[in-house]
Amino acid sequence: MTKDLNINVQHLTRVEGHGNIVVNMKNGKLEKARLEIVEAPRFFEAMLKGRSFHEAHIITSRICGICSLGHQIASLKATEHALGLEVSEQTILLRKLLIHGATIQSNILHAYFLATPDLLGVGSVFPLISSHKDVVVRALRMKKLANDIGDTVSGRAVHPITLVPGGFTHIPSVKELENLKKRLVEQMVPDALDTVETMVALAESVPHFNRETEYISLHSDSEYALYDGDIYSSDTGRSPVEKYLNMTNEFVVPYSTSKHAKHNRDSLMVGALARWNNNYKQMHDIAKNAGFRMGLTTPCTNPYMNTIAQVAEAIHCTLDAIDIIDRLLSKGLKNERPNQAPVQFGTGVAATEVPRGILYHEYTYNQQGQIEKANCIIPTGQNLGNIDDDMVKLVPEIIQEPKEKIVLNLEMLVRAYDPCISCSVHIMDVDFIE
Amino acid sequence: MKPKVAVFDFTGCEGCELNKLNFEDELLAFLEHIDIVEWREAMDDKSDHYTIAIVEGSISTPDCVERIHDIRNRSEILIALGACAVQGGMNAMKNQYPLEQVREDVYGCHKDLFPTLPALPLSRYVRVDYEVRGCPMTKNEFLKILTSILMGKKPIKPTHAVCVECKLNENECVYDKGMVCLGPITRGGCDSLCTNFGQYCTGCRGLVDEPDVEAMLAILNRHGLSIVEAKKRLELFNYENQAL
Repeated sequence: MTKDLNINVQHLTRVEGHGNIVVNMKNGKLEKARLEIVEAPRFFEAMLKGRSFHEAHIITSRICGICSLGHQIASLKATEHALGLEVSEQTILLRKLLIHGATIQSNILHAYFLATPDLLGVGSVFPLISSHKDVVVRALRMKKLANDIGDTVSGRAVHPITLVPGGFTHIPSVKELENLKKRLVEQMVPDALDTVETMVALAESVPHFNRETEYISLHSDSEYALYDGDIYSSDTGRSPVEKYLNMTNEFVVPYSTSKHAKHNRDSLMVGALARWNNNYKQMHDIAKNAGFRMGLTTPCTNPYMNTIAQVAEAIHCTLDAIDIIDRLLSKGLKNERPNQAPVQFGTGVAATEVPRGILYHEYTYNQQGQIEKANCIIPTGQNLGNIDDDMVKLVPEIIQEPKEKIVLNLEMLVRAYDPCISCSVHIMDVDFIE
Repeated sequence: MKPKVAVFDFTGCEGCELNKLNFEDELLAFLEHIDIVEWREAMDDKSDHYTIAIVEGSISTPDCVERIHDIRNRSEILIALGACAVQGGMNAMKNQYPLEQVREDVYGCHKDLFPTLPALPLSRYVRVDYEVRGCPMTKNEFLKILTSILMGKKPIKPTHAVCVECKLNENECVYDKGMVCLGPITRGGCDSLCTNFGQYCTGCRGLVDEPDVEAMLAILNRHGLSIVEAKKRLELFNYENQAL
């Protein structure tokens, strides 16, 4: 079949940041199919150079408003490794609770407000306020409670306040945690299960497309890995976090202000679907079964199903958050001061899972506790090559469809990855040479 | 007819916009009084004219310059949203280095592919009618400004320092806890949220009018920071402030 096709979607909507979808086909031959990142780069190295270890996570948080908690967690862990700062079990549990809040918030925001309008054939969530008010109100209620976890434990869900190297500047009260638990049990659990029913009803509209790729995530023996673990590749197995550069291999492409990444193949995928594929066995049973009910398979090679994996994770995070609050309360909350006395100054690497995938931070500190060298590799940057490769396979498969349908399917594909473009152009991969 | 409201983002983290999507309690009520006609992060629609344009982020590329003039020309009221838009925010930290060097450090031989300018507040390019400060923007300030505009009133711009609010909240002084703090010189309006939660003030809401920078540096110096370190703390969110 010979066909010409030119698609140029400028500043794709309902994604975080600025990207263009560009497809060119001439006489049935695909010349170009890619996501061009045009977000203004932000040059974080200039902001971090010479900064105190007290400030690193405050600065890197500003790489992205949506992923600010994840950046803080990765940053704090890297700083703590570099300075030899031990943290308490309570600190780790509170951090895990915050990760659950942030993951629920982000996944629900994406599933309901950014992805669902496509499945219902509308351009945004706003028309749904009149047509599906109960569903919108439910989504807002879930988002609010997820954000309230952040506000209660970290002072503010966007650019959290209380997290610092070595611990927290403020510990929530027993009453606040009991109240959060009550709302999680009485409100979030039923809302999350209703969300499954909504997604089951919408699942028919999820495009059928499969492309197997390399799935990379954290993996832990003890739990569904979000806070910590080893790096795990579906192609090559486990690898220590310190070897992260071997797993990412960033490179510049001329059409993107964000760098791309690759490992065992030309492209790789990170995020909820990669975590599901690598770690679904460790997900809470109710969440895992909900995943199967919504159509997830093991492995699942349809990238559009990333949104569905996010919903399964929201259920897992809800149930695990309840468990964490129980553990915190049964141990008794201690008004601990953060441990901020460095025992060394060197290099620290850390990885953590954020909603969009595995995030790496690395810092080297000088003897004054100031940053000498920094690197940060973002999930969306790791996914960009995979999005392009999906497009290259997808376009010929749907080329007989009308152009609007092709454009919509491409937009939905990019949105399914829930890309965070501000993050991807943070630009921090630099050695500072005095 | 309801006022047409549009939301735009420039160089920044989009955390302020996200904060707006986080008005779970107020969002539906506001939508009874305004029409959101353009908001790339949340919707597909576009419009030619806006009663109120809410703009996040700083201006840092030639493309940004073109877009902000275009938005200003089509808007009756323009609100700068958050530290990046109001005072340049953290982005402006890059302005201390030569642009050529910044680009080369990051992109190496590909540096010419991606043009960049100094990161500046919106007000360096266009008239700004109202400011919502903070990193992220202070929710209550945003709601107050939007409500005032809808009711035809002029919103009050806070001129006092964060210290005033911190004292009213009966917090122990951050300096007494052995930390340093920018509260004495930072514009209030945030209800001293950070110090309420045991953290020091980072200066994200910009400085007060006519700030006594020398006195602030002296205090920071007396509490253990070198003058160079103290200046760096002040510059974090305020590199483009002329008083520094």
